[in-house]
Amino acid sequence: MSAGALPFEPAKATPTRRRKLALPGALIAGLLILAFSLTLAFFPSLFAPFDPLKFDYKAILKPPSLAHPFGTDNFGRDMLSRTIHAYTLDMQIAFFATIVPMLAGTAIGTIVGYYGGLLETLFGRLVDGVITFPFIVLVIAIVAVLGPGLANMYVAIGLVGWVFYARLVAGEMKVQKRLDYADAGRVMGYGDMRIAFRHLLPNAVSPALVYWMTDMALCILLGTSLGYLGLGAQPPAAEWGVLIAGGKNFFTTAWWISIFPGIAIVLTGLGFSLLGNGLAELMKVKR
Amino acid sequence: MLSIGYVLKRLLQIIPTLVFIVVVTFLIVRLLPGDPASAILGDKATDAEVARLHAEMGLDRPLIVQFGNFALRVVQGDLGTSTAVKLPVGRIVLDRLPATLLLTVMAAFLALLLAVPLAFVAALRQGRLGDTVIQGCFQVGLSMPVFYVGLILLTVFAAGLRWFPVGGYGDTYLLHLYHLFLPALTLALSLAAVLMRNLRTAILDALTADYADFARAKGLPTRVVLFRHVLRNALISTVTLFGLNIGTLLGGAVITETVFAIPGAGRLMIDSIYARDYPTIQGLTLVLAVLVSVAFLLTDLVQASLDPRVAQ
Amino acid sequence: MSTLLSVSGLTTRLLTPAGLLAAVEDVDFTLDERDSLGLVGESGSGKSVTMRSLLRLLPQRAEVEGSVRWRGRELVGLPENALRALRGREIAMIFQEPMSALNPVLRIGLQIEESLKVHTDLDRAGRRARAVELLALTGIPTPERRLDDFPHQFSGGMRQRAMIAIALAASPALLLADEPTTALDVTIQDQILHLLARLRREMGMAMILVTHDLAVVAESCERVAVMYAGRIVERGTVRQVFAAPRHPYTLGLLRSVPDGDRPRQKLRSIEGTPPGLGNRTRGCAFQPRCGFATAQCATDRPPLADIAPGHAAACWQAGRLTDLSREAA
Repeated sequence: MSAGALPFEPAKATPTRRRKLALPGALIAGLLILAFSLTLAFFPSLFAPFDPLKFDYKAILKPPSLAHPFGTDNFGRDMLSRTIHAYTLDMQIAFFATIVPMLAGTAIGTIVGYYGGLLETLFGRLVDGVITFPFIVLVIAIVAVLGPGLANMYVAIGLVGWVFYARLVAGEMKVQKRLDYADAGRVMGYGDMRIAFRHLLPNAVSPALVYWMTDMALCILLGTSLGYLGLGAQPPAAEWGVLIAGGKNFFTTAWWISIFPGIAIVLTGLGFSLLGNGLAELMKVKR
Repeated sequence: MLSIGYVLKRLLQIIPTLVFIVVVTFLIVRLLPGDPASAILGDKATDAEVARLHAEMGLDRPLIVQFGNFALRVVQGDLGTSTAVKLPVGRIVLDRLPATLLLTVMAAFLALLLAVPLAFVAALRQGRLGDTVIQGCFQVGLSMPVFYVGLILLTVFAAGLRWFPVGGYGDTYLLHLYHLFLPALTLALSLAAVLMRNLRTAILDALTADYADFARAKGLPTRVVLFRHVLRNALISTVTLFGLNIGTLLGGAVITETVFAIPGAGRLMIDSIYARDYPTIQGLTLVLAVLVSVAFLLTDLVQASLDPRVAQ
Repeated sequence: MSTLLSVSGLTTRLLTPAGLLAAVEDVDFTLDERDSLGLVGESGSGKSVTMRSLLRLLPQRAEVEGSVRWRGRELVGLPENALRALRGREIAMIFQEPMSALNPVLRIGLQIEESLKVHTDLDRAGRRARAVELLALTGIPTPERRLDDFPHQFSGGMRQRAMIAIALAASPALLLADEPTTALDVTIQDQILHLLARLRREMGMAMILVTHDLAVVAESCERVAVMYAGRIVERGTVRQVFAAPRHPYTLGLLRSVPDGDRPRQKLRSIEGTPPGLGNRTRGCAFQPRCGFATAQCATDRPPLADIAPGHAAACWQAGRLTDLSREAA
């Protein structure tokens, strides 16, 4: 405390211990699961013992064994190979379904948050409206109109999904633009777009990045659900939802067809959630 | 504590939302590539048939006129005619809605029944084994797709143990409840996970709040401190979250009804897609969205009655 | 006068990320009926934890050692149920921030009545009548109309009055007041202090007042205990301690308070900050900030020793402090 200061100011927390540099455990666990998922997604053939599409009528509905650790389906296809090959499609879904909404939503949120005013009011109304539609119902309705398939599913998710990113970024931008450094940019005579995107956005984007991880987990759930309903990826493609749907009629007799792809979904979703939680923790510490 | 002024204000706020819903549901069908009439009729239709439907749907008039007609019909409760079963969409939807509503209400109830006690246990045993186990289970629960949970419950408790029916809806009210128990539980699990996590944090905050200490300092029994002082405050944010998740719950009902073969609105949605019954899809989307906005209204009113600071 | 409360060797350890650390160490004091004690110190000196330790209103994982005797009965180790019967009825407590101590979602009336319900045999109507009486007693105008209000409908000063009304519901023999005026405007502060003094007189109540404001102590208390780094470093009557402080820390505190009665002189602040919970030393905790420290102060902790009847200080230089400080000035 400097001389002249009042003696009764609350004592500042003295940094008695060095701040831990260790990464959050959730982050590490999430990264490991994701690395595993990406490896399988990019190089499924290296790990899959069989061709995922090849019928083998001599090995129909075989329970898990050494030859087929996840068993076989009603066409004799190896479920381990199909589950592994599905990583390619499902990780694609997680990425492609979220990347456009993430980028577009962030850009729109930046502008809405920076200018505020009427734009913000209108945007608020839009958000109020969009959230009254059950997300999956709206996506299903759009897919129904456009026709089943992955491309149309991306369009449907994209039409709705950007709103959530925009809302997060706009909220954070409102906080950032009141801080001194935003004024400093204006004093320097920088243009609005430069201040908004180059100066403010990097500080406003972290909640959206954390949400991106959650969103990828949600989109895997959504994508597999649509696959299960026959509105997403189409058979015979290897996609977890499609695989589970393929096994639903045999669930009591050949549980393995549906069980293992489901475990892959849970594991991957868990990976994204853990990564999101870890990132959130990391950013909280940084602040 | 709920002032009439607040209720009226909140009722007025629903109007722009309803307008938005009508606009969006109108536009959805206009997303159809090419001519909606030929899309509805499919590839086998003759040109004459397409032209007749085209005129019937009013597609030859300007978009704004089409919208005006659509909105006018919707306001009068006319949601069009199903192309699959040639019946008014409104009537079909109303037939199917009770099952869906009962399912979601049961699911919401079960979710609260699971979330509140578990959140309490997790918060009171913060950082210990019980907390870790509860949190871990719910983290896994959050990553499980609804249809997968449904299939597992169906196999174990219906097909395997035969405690519950494999599907359907039953004929009497009691049978409805019995048939809907597993599907409702399926839906409830993921909602419970979301609510539990939020409520646990809120309870932890409330437990360390000054008003909880003051309540203890007054010599109140632990039960009163926990339920009257801590839980009531903690529930405020959870109620908001609960409201925001009603849409997810209704969306999940679409999938659950398919898995458990329940003749509800969700199942109707999927059937209509396979039948290319666009008026029914449109009408259903509209009705579900209106339901959600009404649910939002109700949660806001519940929240206002829990939190006197809101209803000013 | 008979002894109401006697505290000896009170040590409270709180669970921190660095493990269990003592926030309060070896605290001794006594309180007679109708007595008033000011507990003074900087934030983190352990004064609030000391008070909370008396009623065991501490975070879940905290350890209390030593002895707290209430009317001869030992409170440390008393089962929770027995302690709860004491809380509010015999020993009540009020907090610094009325806005956060009053439950925002419950009506003021209910918050008074629930206390009456636990501690008295009054029926519903009787509780309501008593609640009106209490609000009137604490100077809230038109009390019968304020019963159904929520805390956010009260002004800051009114909230503090309402909190006092709630705390006094069961006519306790001791009021623990944790910085009751810190959150208030200066004019309201004065009103609340006068209110507390009047209520104490009328109800024959003892009080421990925690504050960092020596002026508040001078106005409302007969005796004072100064805390530093979890320990009492000086205690005595207000007259003794203010006239001739025997601990350099007390001296520093007094010099940093503007005094209208004395000729104008420079206000001094105490250099440095108090040690954190984790790094308390073997010697005197104030030694690093002390202008009179000797080699002995760094290695041996001075005990709290009597200097005059009723006046004690924990300083090796206690006897010479008056002379030393004159030399320095």
